[in-house]
Amino acid sequence: MLQEETVIHHHAHHFTSANHEFEAAKQGMWIFLVTEVLMFGGLFVAYGLFRGLYPEMFHEAHQHLAVHMGALNTVVLITSSLTMALSVSSAQKGHKVSSVRYLVLTLILACCFLGVKYFEYSHKFHDGLLPGGFFTNTEIKSPKASLFFSLYFMMTGLHGIHVLIGMGVISWILRRTLRGEFGPSYYTPIELVGLYWHFVDLVWIYLFPLLYLVG
Amino acid sequence: MSNNSAVVQGEDHYLNHSRGLMSWLGTLDHKRIGLMYLFSVLLFFLMGGVFALLIRLELFKWGGHNLVDANTYNKFFTYHGAIMVFLVVIPAIPAALGNFILPIMLGAKDVAFPRLNLASYYIFMTGALFAVLALFLRGADTGWTFYTPYSIRTNTTVLLVLFGAFIAGFSSILTGLNFIVTIHKLRAPGLTWMRLPLFCWALYATSIIQVLATPVLAITLVLLCMERILQIGIFDPKLGGDPILFQHFFWFYSHPAVYIMILPAMGIISEIIPVFSRKPIFGYKAIAYSSFGIALIAFIVWGHHMFVSGQSELANFVFSLLTMFVAVPTGVKVFSWVGTMYRGSIHFNAPMLYAFGFLELFTMGGLTGVFLATLAIDVHLTNTYFVVAHFHYVMVGGTLMGLLAGLHYWFPKMFGRMYSETAAKIGFWLIVIGFNVTFFPQFILGAQGMPRRYWSYLPEFTFLNRISTLGSGLIGVGFIYTAYYFYRGMRSGAKADANPWNAQTLEWKTSSPPPHENFHETPVVTQWPYEYLPEDTSMPANLR
Ligand SMILES: [Cu+2]
Repeated sequence: MLQEETVIHHHAHHFTSANHEFEAAKQGMWIFLVTEVLMFGGLFVAYGLFRGLYPEMFHEAHQHLAVHMGALNTVVLITSSLTMALSVSSAQKGHKVSSVRYLVLTLILACCFLGVKYFEYSHKFHDGLLPGGFFTNTEIKSPKASLFFSLYFMMTGLHGIHVLIGMGVISWILRRTLRGEFGPSYYTPIELVGLYWHFVDLVWIYLFPLLYLVG
Repeated sequence: MSNNSAVVQGEDHYLNHSRGLMSWLGTLDHKRIGLMYLFSVLLFFLMGGVFALLIRLELFKWGGHNLVDANTYNKFFTYHGAIMVFLVVIPAIPAALGNFILPIMLGAKDVAFPRLNLASYYIFMTGALFAVLALFLRGADTGWTFYTPYSIRTNTTVLLVLFGAFIAGFSSILTGLNFIVTIHKLRAPGLTWMRLPLFCWALYATSIIQVLATPVLAITLVLLCMERILQIGIFDPKLGGDPILFQHFFWFYSHPAVYIMILPAMGIISEIIPVFSRKPIFGYKAIAYSSFGIALIAFIVWGHHMFVSGQSELANFVFSLLTMFVAVPTGVKVFSWVGTMYRGSIHFNAPMLYAFGFLELFTMGGLTGVFLATLAIDVHLTNTYFVVAHFHYVMVGGTLMGLLAGLHYWFPKMFGRMYSETAAKIGFWLIVIGFNVTFFPQFILGAQGMPRRYWSYLPEFTFLNRISTLGSGLIGVGFIYTAYYFYRGMRSGAKADANPWNAQTLEWKTSSPPPHENFHETPVVTQWPYEYLPEDTSMPANLR
């Protein structure tokens, strides 16, 4: 029976039990996410500094971002966080088929996100709304508007790379799920990937208002 | 294969457990990974040291053009600084000695994530490869601090060095993460927090800094790379950006990084002093917690690097005041060590000599740090050789003395053999005298106004520069000699028993060298590791 496979996972020699190993892995993941917060933190500080220095420019420049696309992507990512969470809980209960189904759904939503991002980026390229020295747009009247787009591309770009990495690790746990490696007694990797994916989602929830909804 | 202990004990150990190059390159054993780090770091130390000697040779005579032209000189000090900081003093103690000793001290079989540990090593080496590759292209001439906007415009291959430092940073982050989880999750039964050896406490505080500060360096270096690739302009005044922001970001990492270098060294000193004074450590909790005090303050003092960079007066005042607070937890440690030695029966073995070396040099480095934290003095001394002397006393006097103390202390554990004690004493005096002869004159030169990073100087500075160069030669001889007697010790030193120093931390309760899984049976801890009795002077006779 597919749904009730028993999974025997042998913990590594330096742990006393599988649960011990799970707790350690989870703590490691949380610490890793803290380092991610600090890495994005640098960009948020730069954003705050330049928004304080050039408030009018930020306001004018942000009108050239497509709010509806950003909003759509927000919905897409939040939904993907939900499907990811459902996949983790299915794996914990040993429901392999639904876990696989939700993982595939998460992957599809991630692709949608990148697809929308692709259209947004190509539109910016077309309008000459590019970082720093490559900025050629003439519609925006405020000086230094290239800075806004530098920040836009750096922040969404770094986030996009995280989405790509997320898709990579989701594919990896999908493969392992298909092989029947996870079950109620062992689901550490899928749980950790879930944490990571929620973090990627959370970053976007900050990026969207900061970049698209400048008051 | 190590279960039948009676026969195996003393025969099967981590060095001969498996053989061949691949058994090293693919090892998950923290001890082997620690040794790989150690030898890599020593290789980079040799490279950085050669650049240092070249710098000193150029400065032997006034007037420039002694050895190289000014542009090449700029590359020399950039390489000396970048290699020594990113590839030597940051990884030296945590990644090399910490990797080897921490799990054994905890009574664990390995670090929490052995695969990640090996990956960290290769990440480190990849970063190093990029940085060293730049050497063979157009080099880099920005200094190790990569200040903008010059680092955006220079036509050297600074991009590769930035990228290398960025990659190597992840190794530091992942090592810190690994250590934190290891300390939390893998302590032996009975090893409560208040029984934890002080080296472990120090590594814990260090790991927190590695985990919290290095990601900020990562994003800073990414942005600087992007300045060069995409001209994003965030640090470029020409495009509306702010070069001072780069300095804030850079020092937000690089000041705490000083404590990544110094805290583990302090941990080593805290282990060595009670053992060689045959006395319980004085102020255990104070030493343990002051590491966290230092780590905390480390994050709020970065602005002292920017007193003349156009920061506001108020910021200067606040950063100056906060910086002086660093002296408080540091002083707590120094007085606790002195308190430990007071009325102890002190054994002047090489590890202890280096601990004294640490106390002398680090205290001078630390106190001149308080000088420099004082605004009015700093404005006068900024960018002079006084600053150069100050941070060399801290980094060499602190980290390198700590590293050497630790290497001598744990050498018998690592290789199962002893080095020559007499040779070690000679090496110690060569290095310590050489160090003071090199760097003490630089305090005077700096106070007299000789600026740093220049290829030449006024004729009146000639005499002290000559002395400084001679001293650097002495350090070089000292290190070559040290490498020589270590090598001899590894090859043909007297066999070391499990606990040559009669010390009490767990690594001395297993054989030397330790077996593949560190202990034949998981140890159970019943007391703290500093239970030395005043009348017990039981150091083995040949080591007294
Ligand atoms: Cu500093």
